[in-house]
Amino acid sequence: MSIDLSQFHQVFFEESFEGLDSMEEGLLDLNPDVFDVETINTIFRAAHSIKGGAGTFGFQVVAEFTHVVETLLDEIRAGSRSLTSNHIDLLLRSVDCLREIMHALQDGDEPEMALANELKASFEAVLSGQDAAPVEDAQAASVEQTVSAASDAAEETSDVSTDTPPPSGYWSIYFKPDADVLRTGNEPVRMFRELECLGALSVEAVTCDVPEFSQLDPEVCYLAWNLTLNGGTRAEIDEVFEWVVDESELSIRWVDDVEDVTSQKISARDEGASDEGARDEGARDERALSAEHPSDVLAQTQSGKEQPIQEPSIQEQSIQEQSVQQASSQAPSVSEQSTQAPSVSEQSTQEQPSQEQQAQGQSAEPQPAEAAKTVKKAPAKSASESTSIRVGIDKIDSLINMVGELVITQSMLGQLGANFDMEKLVRLQEGLAQLEHNTRELQESVMRIRMLPISFTFSRFPRLVRDLSKQMDKKIDLVLLGENTELDKTVMEKIGDPMVHLIRNSLDHGIEVPEARVAAGKPETGTITLNAFHQGGNIIIQIIDDGKGLDRDRILSKAIERGLVAEGERLSDEQIHELIFHPGFSTADKISDISGRGVGMDVVRRNIQELNGSVEVESTPGVGSTFTIRLPLTLAILDGQLVRVGNEVFILPLVSIIESLQVDLSMINNVGGQSEVLRLRDEYVPIVKLHELLNVEPDSTELENGLLVVVEADNTKVGLFVDDLLAQQQVVIKSLEQNYQRVEGISGATILGDGKVALIVDISGMLKMANQTNGRFKSKDFQAA
Amino acid sequence: MPKILAVDDSASMRQMVTFTLKGAGFEVEEAADGQQALIKARQNNFDLVLSDVNMPVMDGIQLVRELRTLADYKFIPILMLTTESAGDKKMEGKQAGATGWIVKPFNPDQLLNTIKKVLG
Amino acid sequence: MTEQVLTKPTNASSNDEVENALGAHDTATDQYLTFIMANEEYGVDILSVQEIRGWEDATPIPNSPDFVKGVINLRGTIVPIIDLRLRFGLNQAEYGPMTVVIVLKVSDEKGNKVIGIVVDAVSDVYSLSSEEMRHPPELGDQVNISFIKGLVDVQGKMVILLNIDVLLNLKELPDVETLKKIIHE
Repeated sequence: MSIDLSQFHQVFFEESFEGLDSMEEGLLDLNPDVFDVETINTIFRAAHSIKGGAGTFGFQVVAEFTHVVETLLDEIRAGSRSLTSNHIDLLLRSVDCLREIMHALQDGDEPEMALANELKASFEAVLSGQDAAPVEDAQAASVEQTVSAASDAAEETSDVSTDTPPPSGYWSIYFKPDADVLRTGNEPVRMFRELECLGALSVEAVTCDVPEFSQLDPEVCYLAWNLTLNGGTRAEIDEVFEWVVDESELSIRWVDDVEDVTSQKISARDEGASDEGARDEGARDERALSAEHPSDVLAQTQSGKEQPIQEPSIQEQSIQEQSVQQASSQAPSVSEQSTQAPSVSEQSTQEQPSQEQQAQGQSAEPQPAEAAKTVKKAPAKSASESTSIRVGIDKIDSLINMVGELVITQSMLGQLGANFDMEKLVRLQEGLAQLEHNTRELQESVMRIRMLPISFTFSRFPRLVRDLSKQMDKKIDLVLLGENTELDKTVMEKIGDPMVHLIRNSLDHGIEVPEARVAAGKPETGTITLNAFHQGGNIIIQIIDDGKGLDRDRILSKAIERGLVAEGERLSDEQIHELIFHPGFSTADKISDISGRGVGMDVVRRNIQELNGSVEVESTPGVGSTFTIRLPLTLAILDGQLVRVGNEVFILPLVSIIESLQVDLSMINNVGGQSEVLRLRDEYVPIVKLHELLNVEPDSTELENGLLVVVEADNTKVGLFVDDLLAQQQVVIKSLEQNYQRVEGISGATILGDGKVALIVDISGMLKMANQTNGRFKSKDFQAA
Repeated sequence: MPKILAVDDSASMRQMVTFTLKGAGFEVEEAADGQQALIKARQNNFDLVLSDVNMPVMDGIQLVRELRTLADYKFIPILMLTTESAGDKKMEGKQAGATGWIVKPFNPDQLLNTIKKVLG
Repeated sequence: MTEQVLTKPTNASSNDEVENALGAHDTATDQYLTFIMANEEYGVDILSVQEIRGWEDATPIPNSPDFVKGVINLRGTIVPIIDLRLRFGLNQAEYGPMTVVIVLKVSDEKGNKVIGIVVDAVSDVYSLSSEEMRHPPELGDQVNISFIKGLVDVQGKMVILLNIDVLLNLKELPDVETLKKIIHE
């Protein structure tokens, strides 16, 4: 049977990326001073799984690279090597490197192995270093393995040739398993059956150890066997006994038919001849032991001490496999790797201390540059992401329940329809209500499938903060709150980059260097807190730092310098803070690598707005800043209020609506003779006529004939004048841009129950339009100022 | 048809093993760690257990020990999926009562051959 | 709709015929769907035509140019409808039972878009080779005529072959008078 392994590749990549994430997370948690077995075990397991999977699914380069990673982790896990921060760095870099390689493999590209080879050499230098004195054996074995893997295949073939038995003779086997062989599930009969497949077999049981019946324990094996086998190779026979060789007395010898030349022709089927051989066994035993073929004689007594004799043959086998696969998948980089690596480890075994220092010195220097490169390259390949989604069983179960209910409702309606009369109208209506309920629940459950905890996004930040703070000589703790807050997968994928930028910004501009913090009477270590929570139909993500806060005066002078603000203009703090989101605004004195790379806060805001979200900043000098991102939970579905203007139906997002009211003219004030303001309790709310803004013919232009819908966006309230309110319903958001273009004041379209298209109003965009077209109103803040 | 329990914390490995074995006509149940495996083993009568060694919650070695204490699993074959690396303790597994092992990486044919041999 | 394969003898010189034979692989004929608009016949590459449907009311898009009639629901996707008459600055015709929408797949730098164009009536399908096409007359730098792939004479009737990708992405189009000049010069 041949099975196409590529069908499992996607799952393998996905779980490997997850594994790499958890390795990274674990590594960031590790502290060289504390031996945290649980975390190390988790990291080890992830590496181990990746290696196993990579080998199985034919990604040899990954398997080989992970092997050294795993070896180091195993030594640390076993306590035979103590963890240093150098190890953590090296391991973190390999996580990055593996990610790169696997992305390339996933995209069907040839992975770039230069960094991997360099890291592998560093690993081997570390592994052969002296701090691992107690594990010499394991290490020697690994060196030996790499050396022999790279060495000529001639050795292998000569090994194989000794495996082939001389042309004439038979195998004589004595097998006495330990008494409790049966308790390991090893059935001697099964082994004999396997031997039988190799050639004619005769079995003779040695029963001298069988006790009297009264003392017989049926679970214990008292037997031994003398076997003769005509055929098979030594390796094949070894394989049959592979699992029991350490728990039994086993001798396997080749007996030459020297006396009888004609018996060379003994065929495997010739029972008589082999029986004869068996009878002669005793005599031949002696001769065989006196060793014409010493290499074939392996008298195994008890387990343990002679284990090494067996081990190499297994190892060699796997090495042979490896080298064959290497040869077949031969990319230049691969061969380079296999020849280079051993030479390093060989050298380092000779001059351990200096070599190790050197290797570590080498690896330490190019590190930041390489790391930066991988970080930068990662987003470019996002095409290969988002192909599938992992869903918790509970979500699937609720979905199945939902469908079950739907089926019941459907069959109920079906019965009703089969012989319907008007008396059953009530039941029909009930049924339809039930159907609507089911459909809604089903829709919600399906949407919930797309919801993932934000920890998927948060998890990449500990690494970012660690690397950046190192780079900037700042001390920073990252605190993650609300990691289980769920949001739509699509939103999640798009919010990562803006968040990276905001975090970089807080690190670079917010948190002070340790000396400055101490001087300001703050703890030396700064704190950046990421906080996520739900609020209404939104998810709120906050990036909070306890740094120096926004520099009001500098922002203002910069804004004046850039002509964004007129000199002498009085602005509130909030208005000044807003300026940092202005296009082209950057206060960084020097363009650092961290932020101020031309990508400004204006881009961050634009990206977030494209997700129908908003970003705001609050800041107190000397205490810190808080950036607050507000996003819809999902991009695909919206709770909408249908409103009618003339013949057209528009949809207002329900979350933006504060209230709807019939206009009482006494509540309307005229400002400046033409613009109208609604007095709503103690607030004045400007009125926007939707028909004017969207250029639609209304039923009536008189306020008392229609309705006002009070909506809020960007901290501004307005009363939208419409002809009528229709139903509230969830609508599926369809893109207008896909086939047309962005339309100001409109965030998308949807298809109503009758198949007609209705447009969804973008409240904040619409406010901007209203502001631009007539400038009748300004936000509260501007009025306050 | 013999019933096999496949235990591995790696979903891709489980899929591969299950697909291979089902393709050969075996009945297969999956478990992602030793704990899950033990629960499934108590609910079913498997003819063979195939288990990874390094797993979260309960590792393969412990699973073998636990299984061998159950009357139904005293003699049934339990195979470990191991690697050649030092991290995988074949001998420890054997002492715990495992029947044998299949060395990773293996391909579907190797897996099937071994299992067919063990099940006779 | 009948299909006319033009096999009329061309008045091309023998030299041209040799060229034809040599370049046979890239001068294979393309099929064009033609439609009538203000008594002129226009053709679009039939491979870009997705479907032809009758006129139905579209949902208007606020503050859009008058030639954008709105958007319709085409099996779940939102498709804009453009009145080609208005696009060329002609008067809008009354929409009637003969009014049809040709749904086209258009490529721009961002990928493919599906757009419907309103035309007076669908006319015919022709197989044409590029030899039969001639270039539109140059009218100076002011007039961008890159949306015209070529002009072709079909049985004494002038057909304007449109490069639909360019046409629907152009900001400015020449007015109808200029168009007339192009066709009849």
